[in-house]
Amino acid sequence: MAGEGDLKLLGLLVSPFVVRVRMALSMKGVSYEYIEVDVFNKSEILLKSNPVHEKVPVLIHHGKPICESLAIVEYVDEVWGGAAPSILPADPYERAIARFWAAYIDDKLFPAWIGAVKAATEEEKAEKVSQTLAALARLEEAFAKCSNGKAFFGGDTVGYLDLALGCNLFWFETLREMFDVELIDEGRTPLLASWAQRFGEAAAVKDVVPNVDKAVEHAKKMRRMFVH
Amino acid sequence: MLSCSPTSTHHPHSTSSQHSHPQTQTDRHPSNAPTMASEKSSSDLTLLDFWVSPFGQRVRIALAEKSLPYEYVEEDLLAGKSERLLQSNPVHKKIPVLLHGGKPVNESLIIVQYLDEAFPDTPSLLPSDPYARAQARFWADYVDKKVYDCGSRLWKLKGEPQAQARAEMLEILKTLETELGDKEFFGGEHGFGFVDAAFAPFTPWFMSYEKYGEFKVAEVAPKIAAWAERVGKRESVAKSLYSPDKVYDFIGVLKKMYGIE
Repeated sequence: MAGEGDLKLLGLLVSPFVVRVRMALSMKGVSYEYIEVDVFNKSEILLKSNPVHEKVPVLIHHGKPICESLAIVEYVDEVWGGAAPSILPADPYERAIARFWAAYIDDKLFPAWIGAVKAATEEEKAEKVSQTLAALARLEEAFAKCSNGKAFFGGDTVGYLDLALGCNLFWFETLREMFDVELIDEGRTPLLASWAQRFGEAAAVKDVVPNVDKAVEHAKKMRRMFVH
Repeated sequence: MLSCSPTSTHHPHSTSSQHSHPQTQTDRHPSNAPTMASEKSSSDLTLLDFWVSPFGQRVRIALAEKSLPYEYVEEDLLAGKSERLLQSNPVHKKIPVLLHGGKPVNESLIIVQYLDEAFPDTPSLLPSDPYARAQARFWADYVDKKVYDCGSRLWKLKGEPQAQARAEMLEILKTLETELGDKEFFGGEHGFGFVDAAFAPFTPWFMSYEKYGEFKVAEVAPKIAAWAERVGKRESVAKSLYSPDKVYDFIGVLKKMYGIE
């Protein structure tokens, strides 16, 4: 389906937040112009379209910018509401639960694992890994409740919360490669482990997940720049 | 040191001797448990809250805008968190918690959106246009990420870190000033909306920010100051907030409790 004329996405290939938006657009079958931005050397278009945070992703629709990945996903779901599948659940209570856990992922899970990537000492890294595992333990419980025995957080098909967590998976593989740490494993989080497998195979989301080696490269660059 | 995350709905304890129960407030708003909130309600809504919490107040404002009856339950956070609170919000253990038919909804902005969606026949806080909704979500998120955290650093810290917090607060107010522009409310064409409800509870905190930061909102962000006055007169807001003096006193109580000079 055409992006209704004028649809651009400013992004960084390895940003989980950008991947999240790309997954949503992919689910809707919407076409767009993807523009890779250098986040270490911010370009004019980024500074102009997201002056408040200077971050990607930014979706620009008919020249108007939309920022913050979860707000963008809701926007995409609303604008392309006719295009199945629906990303957010229909029921208001289920929507509230999905939003709660998506916020948890961004406020608790993300800072923990990115902290592990950026950690200056082994001690700090261990602490951050521990926090990541604790957050994933919570999400294991959430999965049990939300999925109701079905394949995804969203039920039979991939939904909002699946995207919110699923966009982080390639980074968990990256951490395994870099630090030999298993974040989602069958022993500790069996439900998430089998969910991750199914999510990885879901057609709608597969194509926008970058190769792990690109994420490793980016992580090394971040460490060179920020870890002293 | 207290630490509250930007999306925190947790509010710090107050000492029981100085804790003012909402119903004994001799403030301009004598009761924060208005008549519709004191009965068990037909809409089956209960709000677990803490009187001075700006996050809880957002929900109170939304409920009032929608004329939804509810049971208000003051959590005496000093006495320790109630069993009901811990069970309703086991992840964050914070107020506000909205219970609808006994089922908990957590996180103030999520609760407000829930109220819009679960009670579609009431006035909505989010607009209907998708782009306007995205903007509203962005700015409410901005308020969440920035205002409380920066404000807390203003009154907790001294010296260079406090100066930094002051600079940030001015930046935040100017950014919000630009966003508000010449609109009557942040909601623009929609009228009083999601961002207004998100930010209004912080208006009584301005006086404290001004005192600790040594600046005047009216000088730094005159449109925001005018908006604060306008919004303060709106019934749903007026009956949900406490006076700037009460907020300032509350901060004083916190500082004493935490041994901050």
